[in-house]
Amino acid sequence: MSDATTNMTSDPMLEAIVGPTPGQMLRKRIFGHQGLMIGVVVLGILVLVAIFAPLLAPHDPYAQSLMARMKPPVFLGGTWEHPLGTDHLGRDYLSRLIYGARVSLMIGVVAATISGVIGTAMGVAAGYFGGKVDAVVTYLINVRLAMPVVLVALAVVAILGGSLQVVIVVLGLLLWDRFAVVMRASTLQVRGREYVAAAKAVGCSTPRILMSEIMPNIANNLIVVMTLEMAHAILLEAALSFLGLGVQPPTPSWGLMVSEGKNMMLFEPWMVLIPGAVLFVLVLAINLMGDGLRDVTAPENRS
Amino acid sequence: MLNFILKRLGLAVLVAFTVSFISFSLMFLSGDPAAALAGETASDQDVEAIRVLYGFDRPMLVQYWDWLSSALVGDLGESYYFKLPVSSLIAERLQVTMLLGLCGISFALLTAVPLGVAAAIRPNSIIDRIALFLSVAGQAMPSFWFGLILIVVFSIQLGWLPPSGTATWRHFIMPTIVLGYYAMPAIMRLTRAGMLEVLSSEYIRTARAKGASEFTVLFKHALRNAIIPVVSLAAVQMGFMLGGSIVVESIFALHGAGYLAWESIARNDLPTVQALILVFSLFYIVFTFLSDVLNAWLDPRMRAG
Amino acid sequence: MNSPLLRVKDLTIDIPVGGGTLNAVRGIDFDLNRGETLCIVGESGSGKSLTSLALMGLLGGRIKRTASQMEFDGIDLTKANSKTMRALRGDRMAMIFQEPMTSLNPAFTIGNQLMEALLLHRNVGKEAARARAIELLEKVGITAAESRLSQYPHQLSGGLRQRVMIAMALMCEPELIIADEPTTALDVTIQAQILRLLVDLGREMNMAMILITHDLGVVARVADKVAVMYAGELVETGSADQVFNAPMHPYTRGLLRCIPQPGKTERGARLGTIPGIVPNLVGGVTGCPFRTRCDHAVAACRNAIPHRKPAENHRFRCVHETGHQTAETVV
Repeated sequence: MSDATTNMTSDPMLEAIVGPTPGQMLRKRIFGHQGLMIGVVVLGILVLVAIFAPLLAPHDPYAQSLMARMKPPVFLGGTWEHPLGTDHLGRDYLSRLIYGARVSLMIGVVAATISGVIGTAMGVAAGYFGGKVDAVVTYLINVRLAMPVVLVALAVVAILGGSLQVVIVVLGLLLWDRFAVVMRASTLQVRGREYVAAAKAVGCSTPRILMSEIMPNIANNLIVVMTLEMAHAILLEAALSFLGLGVQPPTPSWGLMVSEGKNMMLFEPWMVLIPGAVLFVLVLAINLMGDGLRDVTAPENRS
Repeated sequence: MLNFILKRLGLAVLVAFTVSFISFSLMFLSGDPAAALAGETASDQDVEAIRVLYGFDRPMLVQYWDWLSSALVGDLGESYYFKLPVSSLIAERLQVTMLLGLCGISFALLTAVPLGVAAAIRPNSIIDRIALFLSVAGQAMPSFWFGLILIVVFSIQLGWLPPSGTATWRHFIMPTIVLGYYAMPAIMRLTRAGMLEVLSSEYIRTARAKGASEFTVLFKHALRNAIIPVVSLAAVQMGFMLGGSIVVESIFALHGAGYLAWESIARNDLPTVQALILVFSLFYIVFTFLSDVLNAWLDPRMRAG
Repeated sequence: MNSPLLRVKDLTIDIPVGGGTLNAVRGIDFDLNRGETLCIVGESGSGKSLTSLALMGLLGGRIKRTASQMEFDGIDLTKANSKTMRALRGDRMAMIFQEPMTSLNPAFTIGNQLMEALLLHRNVGKEAARARAIELLEKVGITAAESRLSQYPHQLSGGLRQRVMIAMALMCEPELIIADEPTTALDVTIQAQILRLLVDLGREMNMAMILITHDLGVVARVADKVAVMYAGELVETGSADQVFNAPMHPYTRGLLRCIPQPGKTERGARLGTIPGIVPNLVGGVTGCPFRTRCDHAVAACRNAIPHRKPAENHRFRCVHETGHQTAETVV
């Protein structure tokens, strides 16, 4: 008996495997996720471009020049004076693209924030209180989903007059459905956990439980939906502006630039290709980040 | 199951009425519909005459009730622009949109389901990566831009396909691809996720233990279970796609209901816009309801319940 | 009858995991004759289920199986291609799984799933398959068998589903049936019924059976042969009589101390337990896997462990020639 215990202490088979800490594992998952890293880096660059637009843009994005209309980009035989050429009014394409990043990002962030607040409030209330509140929220989500977004947004913007502010608010008021659906489901999951029951048992008030027990535990899902809805809002703004009923000229919106380039598409396809490609890259980066965050924070990856 | 369907039907009807009210109220969003209708150059008397003529002087709820009761019997008012009954205008244009929607959802299903199944059979293989790339790209692709690229390549550069119009089936190829690609990523991801989950389940092992061939295991035992949520997603996507047809129809100049909506918004033709919002919403409501019923019917657990 | 129905030599199963290779099953040997029942006992995670899946050729793609010999009625399973394995599975060898709740496909009727194996392997029509399905449902004690055929799995209780699983496995009258803890998921009252049924049907049809379980009480009642598995190795094999009445390996003795035995265990006496935890099997296991929990472990336990053969058909692996039986006080 004694020989067994003394001998076994140094047995390699018994050595406990010292695993990484949860923090280390999270970091490893984040930095090991290719899509997430690509998304974060590309989006980071575009955000910096938007912030430092005045420093980066070679020209005034609104300055027209009748002498320098429809100059081709440098890779199609143009000059470095206008690296990406000029549009039909002689405005520098690169400068308009750089300022366009501001428009797209602002729309994405503000619209997603507005809809995030609305949708989260509805979803959390439905999930936490259940019963009649839940029934009403489910009904509202159904009503919202039934309305064709593009059509309603177009109609409302057309009636109220297209401006950046109107487009942002209209999109913000329309895109809360996914927030409500996801937050409702997440709250339902969290509501049954022991720590919520414990908080109730010690007599915490409902707002306190919602803010300090529920919200922190559904925040990761909120961030994921936030990024995906940002992308959604950016695409919708571009579509509205493309249809001529969103942000109005001369604002440098990428959707508007595609729309203006469309008339010249037969001879100068780059005027359509370039702004669309930038839009595609931005939305792709945001989606990659959102998908990556979902993968990284998903509970099933925490083993 | 009957209970479930009746419940869903009740919700669908309630939602339909709410949507009808919202689309009706749009007219009052601008403040004074009579002034909007009369135009900026109209005198006060003209505006007043229009107000009385169209009944805008009555309380809003009375007007809504009026509009709704005629809408229920198929009368959606008269277009300000065309001076024609809105219902016949929409009915005529819907054919193109419905055809486009059916082509689009078929294209989406025919590409997304096989791709999702193939990706699930061999996760992390080349096919899986291609499928993932296509779905990630599809979700980020602005459909108006995708449509224009197709026109540049296949109409302008190669001259293979007509860029606009509805005359032949070849006119529908590019719009179908653009609209279908919009619905493809979600269907592909759901198919892949469903197949992955089902393939690791124990009844698949049972099927293999019986000596079933890989083909039978995949396409009888696995797909039958994985396809149930895909079917309902496809129905929902179909509803979304009809609403999204406005962009595609405007790019390819397909004179369908989406194109009509775009024109009518630009022309401030409110009765047509209202009616179109209502019609598109109703399509969505009907499709989601059908998908619920189909779902219940496909899943034996719900069929009995 | 001279050569056994199933002969397994040096079966090894490796699973690639994050930090290396999990040597889940290491060099196990056993034979099984027609009509015989072999019970494989051991704790969860000892590799019992993997062994049975390996016999059926149902291990997942990433899992590596090697064996110097694995023969079913003269067919070399190590060299059999997937087509040969498919022809065997469900026809000549069948399997019953642990979880009746999830082992039936929710989208198809009981009848469809029952008839499937017969339609696959035998050249019979639907009517004949249907008749056979009804016959077997009655045999496994399901009333109103004909009406059950059109029911879906969710409409049946766990006990009924496991009866259906048994009927399904018997459709083609297999020569070998592997039952992987077939009663674990069921209510205690139903466990005994199902097991009785399985064993009786096995005898009636002269099937060889591998019954995987951790319930020694079951083993004592039904086994012809017993194989005790610990951490991926067979530490002791023998006839039921040998293993129960003359257990050699310290682990087998430990297991037997954990169940009350009529006439041996006093009323109110504490049952034995085996302290310690099962070792980590990732990355090269040498020596006796039980040494970390064994009362008689010595330094030599880390080296290669000899096979010992105290009697005909009775084998165990231990550094001590008699498994250190003498040192133990009789309970």
